[in-house]
Amino acid sequence: MNIVICVKQVPDTETKIKVKDGQVDHTETKYVVNPYDEYAIEEGLRIKERLGEGKISLITMGPQRAKDALKSGLAVGADEAIHLVDEAFEGSDPYATALILCKALEKMDYDIIFCGKQGVDEDHAQVGIALAELLDVPHVSVVTRLEIAEDEKSAVAHREVESGHEVVDTPLPAVITAQKGLNEPRYASIKGIMAVKKKVIPEWNADDVGVDRDKVGLETAKIKFVEVALPTERTAGKVFDEDPAQDAIKVAHLLRDEAKIL
Amino acid sequence: MFNLSVSDEQKALRDLARRFTQTEIVPIAAEADRMEEYPWELVEKAHAIGLTNIIVPEEYGGGGLGYFEDCLVAEEIAAGCAGIYSSFAASTLGLTPLNVAATPEQMERFMKPFCAEPALAAFCLTEPGAGSDIASVRTRARRDGDFYVLNGTKRFVTNGGVAELYTVTATVDPSLRHRGLVLLVVPSHLPGVSVGKKEDKMGQRAASTREVIFEDVWVPLENRLGDDREGFRLVMETLDKIRAEVAAAAVGVARAAMEAAVKYAKEREQFGQPIISLQGIQFMLADMAIKVEAARLLVWQAAWMADQGLRNSYQSAIAKCFAAESAMKITTDAVQIFGGYGYTKEYPVEKYMRDAKLLQIYEGTSEIQRVVISRGLLHEYRAI
Repeated sequence: MNIVICVKQVPDTETKIKVKDGQVDHTETKYVVNPYDEYAIEEGLRIKERLGEGKISLITMGPQRAKDALKSGLAVGADEAIHLVDEAFEGSDPYATALILCKALEKMDYDIIFCGKQGVDEDHAQVGIALAELLDVPHVSVVTRLEIAEDEKSAVAHREVESGHEVVDTPLPAVITAQKGLNEPRYASIKGIMAVKKKVIPEWNADDVGVDRDKVGLETAKIKFVEVALPTERTAGKVFDEDPAQDAIKVAHLLRDEAKIL
Repeated sequence: MFNLSVSDEQKALRDLARRFTQTEIVPIAAEADRMEEYPWELVEKAHAIGLTNIIVPEEYGGGGLGYFEDCLVAEEIAAGCAGIYSSFAASTLGLTPLNVAATPEQMERFMKPFCAEPALAAFCLTEPGAGSDIASVRTRARRDGDFYVLNGTKRFVTNGGVAELYTVTATVDPSLRHRGLVLLVVPSHLPGVSVGKKEDKMGQRAASTREVIFEDVWVPLENRLGDDREGFRLVMETLDKIRAEVAAAAVGVARAAMEAAVKYAKEREQFGQPIISLQGIQFMLADMAIKVEAARLLVWQAAWMADQGLRNSYQSAIAKCFAAESAMKITTDAVQIFGGYGYTKEYPVEKYMRDAKLLQIYEGTSEIQRVVISRGLLHEYRAI
């Protein structure tokens, strides 16, 4: 079974976000593999282990530094990785990203494609679904449990919906987007880390992928950032710690006259 | 060619050790300390991803990495819990004599099966009457045909009772002092091997530290490492090799205490401001940073030398002494910054302080390190 996993490198959620000149300042950002993609990778590894055969290919679109995300995935056990990198790709919105991934995937063999349910940077939660549409295959999003049929031609996916969960039967190939709870991602191993050194990660540019440079990147983005701003800092709360009866009256007044919520 | 950058693989290794520590060790550290219980499942988990036996050559099932990598991992694990670290480290210490002196046949016989399963080793050196003075070891190894008959009691054995493999320092004749020492590999299942009392320690309580008793243990001659009476040199070489790792652990403990102190100083308000805005606190924190950074560089130097095959007794003794004393000072100051809260078990800093004390004592006390350093200064020192 050919398992393709789309991964994204994102800022570590512990990174302190700074804004400079109307943009997020990434000079001190530490990057990690998108946490939802880790579930996707783990599910791929488990399917391969369960079936006793298969090939796991990772694919990412991003600048040079994004290669580290692929290396992390190789260190936990993926078989190969492909890096889609071209200046023209920079600033692509979710649609263009899906288009680039789609073109690349058309050159690959796949029986199932995994994505994280969303990237924890801009949180669009669109690429996986758009990719499925462009490839003209079904998708199941926000999946928390997955069973591959014995003939490997279909899968049953459990997905989270408001106040419950749906069970979806889908033919394969399909795109599955991984939600927390799908599995518990394993650690890399030292052997895995050392083996990465010997692996070659091919780079595919726009020509290799076969995508028109004018149709991707910042210029064509259907989504434009109008403004980037930090949330306003929370001001300190008011403390009432004198006489409880008097305090209650004061608070009631303030809630009515100042906060206007009574 | 001077270069202090770590490679991508070393970074990934450090990240892995950090993640493992934060996920698996930090949440259980306080409980393991309180209960004095060694979390065996950690050995299994660490073994599964290759975080144990890092310095054992790959062909025998180890990580095949160097002392530098070993130090990167040690700093991370010790930052989570020095007691749990010590158990891992005592195992590395127990295996180091094999790395130093075992024949390929001995590596095949002992190391391969050991590394294949989650297991711990231990180094049996200290005795009731022999600590810093190694040559005064009284455990007897009486030669009888193709065997040594081992008799004696070893004290303060980290991993005593939980180790599968002991490397034991014994003497063929106490009157020969250091010239009479032999180093033997003793599987713990051999008849006559038993454990004595478990120490109730001030710190590093997760590590099992106890007496190991040898009563008429028949150890085959082919379990001897190195030549007859070569034990002293092998013990010294083993201690030299592993010293930087202990120093790295001290950096880990110191770093954890420093990070906790900085975080707390930002949150704790007195006189209407966070205490970190007080210069008295700032200077304490700055002094911590100076020591942590300097100690780490000393560790890296000593480990790098070990990997280059250079004799590093002088540098590793400086690293161990400075790092351990820095850890003691930093953890004590961290408790000071936490004030009354720091003295309670509600916060981790009192544990750091208790744990740090042992770093100045085991694997060569600070005083022994100074002996090594001053000897180096007198006999070998050259200005660089």
